[in-house]
Parts: sequence; structure tokens; C-alpha cells
Amino acid sequence: MNKIVAKKRVAPEITLFQIEAPLIAKKALPGQFVILRIDEQGERIPLTIYEADGTQDRITIIFQEVGKTTKKLSTLKVGDSLPDLLGPLGKPTSIEKYGEVLTIGGGIGIIPLVPIARALKEAGNRITTILGARTKELIILEKEMKDLSQEIYITTDDGSYGEKGLVTDILERLIAQKKRMDQVLAIGPLIMMKKVCEITKKEKIPTTVSLNTIMVDGTGMCGSCRVRVGEENRFVCVHGPEFPGELVDFDELLVREKRFTKEERIALERYEEELKGENAQAEARGED
Amino acid sequence: MRKNLRVRMPRQRPEERIRNFAEVALGYSAEGAREEASRCLICSPAPCKEGCPVGIDIPGFTLHIKEGRFDSALNLLWEKNNLPAICGRVCPQETQCEVQCILGKKGEPLAIGKLERFVADWGKSQNIKLKTPRPRPAKRGGQNSKLKNVKVAVVGSGPAGLTAAADLAKSGYRVTIFESLHFPGGVLRYGIPGFRLPKGVLDFEIEGIKRLGVEIQTNMLIGKVFTLKDLFEQGYKAVFIGTGAGLPRFLNIPGENLNGIYSANEFLTRVNLMKAHRFPEYDTPVRKGRRMAVIGGGNVAFDAARVAQRLEAEEVTITYRRSEQEMPARQEEIEHAKEEGVGIKLLTLPIRFLGDERGWVRGMECTRMRLGEPDESGRRRPLPIEGSQFMMEVDTVVVAIGQGPNPLLPSYTPSLKTTPKGHILVDKDGATSIPGVFAGGDIIPGEPTVIDAMGHGKRAAQAINKYLRRR
Ligand SMILES: Cc1cc2nc3c(=O)[nH]c(=O)nc-3n(C[C@H](O)[C@H](O)[C@H](O)COP(=O)(O)OP(=O)(O)OC[C@H]3O[C@@H](n4cnc5c(N)ncnc54)[C@H](O)[C@@H]3O)c2cc1C
Ligand SMILES: Cc1cc2nc3c(=O)[nH]c(=O)nc-3n(C[C@H](O)[C@H](O)[C@H](O)COP(=O)(O)OP(=O)(O)OC[C@H]3O[C@@H](n4cnc5c(N)ncnc54)[C@H](O)[C@@H]3O)c2cc1C
Ligand code: SF4
Ligand code: SF4
Ligand code: FES
Repeated sequence: MNKIVAKKRVAPEITLFQIEAPLIAKKALPGQFVILRIDEQGERIPLTIYEADGTQDRITIIFQEVGKTTKKLSTLKVGDSLPDLLGPLGKPTSIEKYGEVLTIGGGIGIIPLVPIARALKEAGNRITTILGARTKELIILEKEMKDLSQEIYITTDDGSYGEKGLVTDILERLIAQKKRMDQVLAIGPLIMMKKVCEITKKEKIPTTVSLNTIMVDGTGMCGSCRVRVGEENRFVCVHGPEFPGELVDFDELLVREKRFTKEERIALERYEEELKGENAQAEARGED
Repeated sequence: MRKNLRVRMPRQRPEERIRNFAEVALGYSAEGAREEASRCLICSPAPCKEGCPVGIDIPGFTLHIKEGRFDSALNLLWEKNNLPAICGRVCPQETQCEVQCILGKKGEPLAIGKLERFVADWGKSQNIKLKTPRPRPAKRGGQNSKLKNVKVAVVGSGPAGLTAAADLAKSGYRVTIFESLHFPGGVLRYGIPGFRLPKGVLDFEIEGIKRLGVEIQTNMLIGKVFTLKDLFEQGYKAVFIGTGAGLPRFLNIPGENLNGIYSANEFLTRVNLMKAHRFPEYDTPVRKGRRMAVIGGGNVAFDAARVAQRLEAEEVTITYRRSEQEMPARQEEIEHAKEEGVGIKLLTLPIRFLGDERGWVRGMECTRMRLGEPDESGRRRPLPIEGSQFMMEVDTVVVAIGQGPNPLLPSYTPSLKTTPKGHILVDKDGATSIPGVFAGGDIIPGEPTVIDAMGHGKRAAQAINKYLRRR
């Protein structure tokens, strides 16, 4: 049993948990993730290990509420436990000294970006960062990334914060300014990573992306997470989650991501009905 | 005159059973079992025993059944086999013990597996539990009392790991099984569906193994959370690796990553482990197809097809590139599938998948095959017939063409020697290239069956015992 020892709201619908997980905390490296399950009926979902503190026996995860499992997860309280927590999974990021590294984070892609950027910086790289999100509140972990970066650029789709536009606008501008980039690391929505790679491929800048495919076991047994990388079918849970961006078949991933949209909607609607029922009952009992 | 034919086992009717996940074969009654057992000639030496990798005293237990001493029969089974209810159901008896049975010369061989199942189920119904072992009388110098504190680690809780763990515990070791999934059992849990092996039966036999003192830790991926070296540093004196098969194979043909195409492992895991057939009561989804094709001819393909039938697919077709004779699936399963309305297209090989504009599979182009000369497996090699392509309309496909050995642990253990295909290399005792590390089951080269995995587990437990006593 892994107990939740701290909980914090990071942004609307984005929550941080610290979880007691001594064994995982000792081994986890940047770029790795866990798979958890919240109850007997629950799905197994992957979440990045944001921070691993081996001395305190804790790991930190940050997650956005996008469907039933993440919504339900966000209702857990300090003191509650997760029945199942497996990790650390996936290959750790290979941390090298590249020189100038551009890190690009979109939405919750910023979560895995932080520990990786930190390790890259510790390895002696100079970091420039572009963060992007739909709107101001969803620019998370800005301070953390600022502290790690020499320069930081921020964009929002609606212009409520930073520049109005997309991360790729800034990327193109930096390229036009002949900014040196020895390596690009892009993590965010598929479409963002796809667009980034289209640009960096043309410029021949090596680019790493981190993929979040739908997983079941997370140990290379089922193939749910498979993706075409170059000529090969690769399994994100064991061969990834990071891959050379120029080889990834993003179009295929964009389709595969929608495999269960119908079921995901049913699950969410049913859960929201359930919550409503519970709230109504609580009201009837005179609780608030 | 002895009867040439077996006592039949009652089954659920096909129309009924395709609407549930309950067991198909219902088991012998006590009378049925005694009648069947009485066909046994109690041979000495008994050729049937040669076919059992865990060395069950077959005439011994059939004699007990015949004479109505079911508890003695059960104890005799348990001496060699901690999973009799499972073996009785999923062992390929027809090619193991039963193929050797003398009765098979003139009629049907004794239904050894069904009798084994009967005894095990009887024990469960009487709530008779596998006894915790009495500590063996300590030899001079207190060998056994020392052994009690010797820790052995088992990686993987499939039939190989469970068997090794049980035998080691019986010899007095402190055994911990590390399993990466959230429930123990391996393929018995996530692969083989409940209508062939009810999960209650599996739970009961795993409980029995725990009662021997075996500790099972789930959610523990060895290689990641602990390396083998970590395990030795924590005081484990020997390790058994039973990590089974991993990476599912795909056909490597165009369109294989279209939506609606699963590996058998994914499809079966979603249903058996995650209970996706009960979505939305359970959270994990599985897309139920209307017209489904399952590619392959082994047990796995048949399990997937029969699960699909139970998910109310309108039409389920197995395509296999050779003929029925070469199908590796158990005859019983092929029969059951046919009764349930699964279609079988033989000598058929998919060459590409076609999708709709939204990326869902809609069609499967196949080519007809003919059989040529035997290949290295001894089976006739399938060859494509020129110009014989045809289309099948499908909306779900399950690829069940096998899987490679699980690469995870070897990839994090460079000193562990493997074959070019990635199986762990072992000697005749199951010892690997690392002293104190043994392996068995689907992770080593050989037949991928439950009983072979158990045989390996047994063999390795003996070797570990020898290894630790020598030290
Ligand atoms: C390696 C990896 C690391 C991740 N790290 C984080 C993280 O740090 N923070 C975070 O908020 N999210 C992370 N995710 C995504 C997270 O797993 C999904 O948001 C979550 O599974 C959604 O579950 P749900 O039931 O709430 O939503 P659902 O209703 O199931 O789905 C909503 C959306 O999430 C996607 N999704 C559904 N199931 C999965 C699944 N099993 N795996 C991946 N995506 C899925 C769907 O495509 C859909 O777009 C990560 C995913 C991967 C693969
Ligand atoms: C659908 C299906 C039907 C089958 N039907 C039959 C049948 O009817 N009869 C028959 O004889 N055989 C059948 N087989 C084959 C049989 O199930 C296997 O040969 C047998 O289960 C192999 O046993 P094992 O102990 O080697 O491995 P598995 O049963 O594969 O178990 C391995 C376990 O190890 C765990 N694991 C893997 N890596 C790690 C790690 N690094 N750390 C911790 N744990 C790990 C896995 O999660 C798994 O639980 C079938 C197989 C399938 C897939
Ligand atoms: S365990 Fe399998 S091979 Fe051995 S006697 Fe039983 S059914 Fe036959
Ligand atoms: S060979 Fe057949 S008849 Fe002889 S002991 Fe074995 S099961 Fe009985
Ligand atoms: S999640 Fe099953 S193989 Fe990757």
C-alpha cells in the first residue's frame, strides 16, 4: 500500500501528490514513470515520476484530470492509499552533454520536462525553454523551469499570458535568429510534438520526444503502447517513452490515441452521474 | 470386458455458454470419476508416468479414486503437483501423459487430466487444504533448521515460478515471489480465460502455495525496482527466473497498427485481468467488434476467438496459414470453439489491413496457401498460391501468432547469457550463466506449456536445493 502523504493543487484540474514509495523512490531516474490503479474496478494508468526523493522514501506525481481515472484520483486525500503502484518503468532519459539544449513543454508535457531538464542542466548543458498552454492557468511549473533555464519563452493559445501563439512560433523565430541548438527535447500534446519535429527535421536538429500512448501492463507484454518508429514497431513502455522525433509516425499515433474515445466518454459521464448522486444524497442528509 | 470409451464429462450447452464466462466443462461426478478410474489397468511400470513432467504417480491416484479414497488421491497428487486443479484443466494431456496410456492402443486412453481435476475440485469443495509442511527431522548439525532462514527469490508468478516456490518452501526455504502485475498467476491469470480456468480455482491453488509459507509481492518489476544483484545483496541466496513470454509478435504487414487491431495478449489481458467485458462497471475498455478475425492456430488464438464470441461478436473467424492437422491448439479447444460457432478459415494468410478514413480496420486482404515440403518444425511449409488474394470484411482483429521471451530482466542483467532469440540459456538442471540463478518456463527454450513450465520449476527447485546445500 502506498500512502498519499501530501496533496497540492497546481492549477485548475491539475493536482500534485507525494506518495510513499520507498523502493521506487530509490531507483527512479528522470524520464521514468509509474503505473497505478486506484481500486478494484480501476484501470492501470501511467504517470510520470516528477520527483523521486530516495532519502524521504517518496515520489511526486502531477496529473491533469482528463477522464474518469484522473478525476477520481484527484478526489483522494492525504492519508489515502493506492492499492497498486508499479515502477519505475520505461527507460530513463539518456543524459549527455550536448551543449545548447532547447526544451519545449506543452501543457502537462511540462511535468516530465522538469526532471529531465534538471538532469540535463546538472550534466553541464545550457538550457533554453519554451512553454506553451491553452491559457494562463495551465502554464504550470513555470518557476521550476525558469530556474533551470538561461532563457524562457511562454506562449498561450488565447494570449492570456506570455505571447499569443504556439510554441512552434517561438521555435521558428529562434531558428530564424540562428540560435544555436545542439539538441531539442519536446514533450507535450502529439500535435505539438509533430509540428516541432517537422521544423527541426528540416533544420537537422536532433530532437527527442516523449510519447504517452495508451498502456495496460507497462512491461512489454501486451503491445497496446506500440508505435511505428522508423521501420520498426516499438513499445513505448519498454523501448521508450523517449524516441528520436524524426522517426516517430505521429499520424498513426494521433489515430491510435482515439481508440477508446467512445468508452472514455461513457466512463466519465457515468462517473459524473455517480458524483451527482452522491452529492444529492449528502445534501439530503444535510451535509455540505 | 473393460470399456474402450471414456466416461463423458458433462458440459454447458454451446448456446448457453457463449453468453457467459462460466466454465465449459462441468467436471465428473464422484460416480463418473470412479467409473472412469476403474478403466485404469494400474500398469507397472506405468508408461503414462513417462509423459508427466512433474512425475505424478498416475496409477497410484487412479487406484485411490477407483476405491473411493479421494483424500488419499489428493495427497498423492499434492506430493508432486501443487496445481492439480489447473493441470487437470489446461495440461495438454493428450500429448503428455494420456498419449502414453496403454488403453489408447485399443480405445480411448484414460482421462487422466479429468480425473486429476475431479480430485482437486473435490478437495476444494470439501475445503481440504494443502498442509503446511512439517519441518523435516533435522539432520545432524541442524541442516534443516539452518535452511529455514535461507531466503530464495522467485521472479514471476506463472506456473514455473509458483511450482519452484512451492517445492522450495516444502524443502524448508523462505521463499518470496516477485510479480510485476497486480495479481499473481501469470498467463493463468491474464491469458487463459475463465471459461477454461475459473479464477476461483486459480486463487484457491495460489492460496495453497501461500499456506506453504511462500510470500507473494505484487507490483514488483525485477530488473527495475530490484536488480538480480540487489536481490543477492538483500540476502537471497538463490534466484529462480520464471518471467515467461513477453513482446507479442506481429505480422509486420501494412496497416497492422490500425485501430481495432490487438495483440492477443492485449485483448485477453483487457478481459481476463482487467475485466473489460464488464465495462463500464470496470474501468478498462475493450472494443467489441461485430466481425472479428483472429490470426493464428494455437491455444491463444482459440482463447481470443472464444472470448470474442462471449463479447457478442456476430461473426468470429480464425484464420490459419496451414491446415487443421498442423494447428498447435488442443483438440478439445478446437472442438469447443467450433461448437460455439467460431469459423475457421484454413490455409489463409493475411497480407495487409485496410482502414477507413478514421483509422479503423475495415478489411483484411488474405492470400490462400498450399502446403509444401515439411520445414524445420516438421510441419509442411505453407506457400502462397499466386493470384488467390481475397478480402475479408472485419472490424476487429486479434493477432495471435506467438510471442518472444520477456526481454526485460535479461536486458537489465548483461551477464545473463541468452540465445539469439532472447531465451535465457540454462543447463540440464535449469542453471543459468550466473551462479545461484536458475530459470524455467517460457523464458527458456522449449515447449510453451503450463506443464513444461511446472516441470522446469520442479527441476530448478531440486537444483537450487542441491546448490544451497553444497555451499
Ligand atoms: C509514459 C506516460 C507518462 C504520463 N505522464 C503523465 C503525467 O505526468 N501527468 C498526466 O497528467 N498525465 C500523464 N500521462 C497521461 C495519463 O496516463 C492519462 O491522462 C490518463 O491515463 C488518463 O486516464 P483517464 O481515465 O483519466 O482518462 P481517459 O478517459 O482514459 O482518457 C482521456 C485521455 O487520456 C488518454 N489516455 C487514456 N488512457 C490512457 C493510458 N492508459 N495511457 C495514456 N493515455 C491514456 C486518452 O487518449 C484520452 O485522450 C502519461 C502517459 C504516459 C504513457
Ligand atoms: C492465452 C493463452 C492460452 C494458453 N493455453 C494453454 C493451455 O491450454 N495449456 C498449456 O499447457 N499452455 C497454455 N498456454 C501456454 C502457457 O500458459 C505458458 O506456457 C505458461 O504460462 C508459461 O509459464 P511461465 O511460468 O513460464 O510464465 P507466465 O505464465 O508467462 O508467467 C510469468 C510471470 O512473470 C511476470 N514477470 C515477467 N517479468 C517480470 C519481472 N521482470 N519481474 C517480476 N515479474 C515478472 C509476468 O507478469 C507473469 O505474471 C497458453 C498461453 C496463453 C497466452
Ligand atoms: S500434470 Fe499434466 S501431464 Fe501430469 S498427469 Fe496431470 S495431466 Fe498428465
Ligand atoms: S498407462 Fe493408462 S492404464 Fe496404465 S496405469 Fe497409466 S493410465 Fe492406467
Ligand atoms: S503497455 Fe503493454 S506492452 Fe507497453
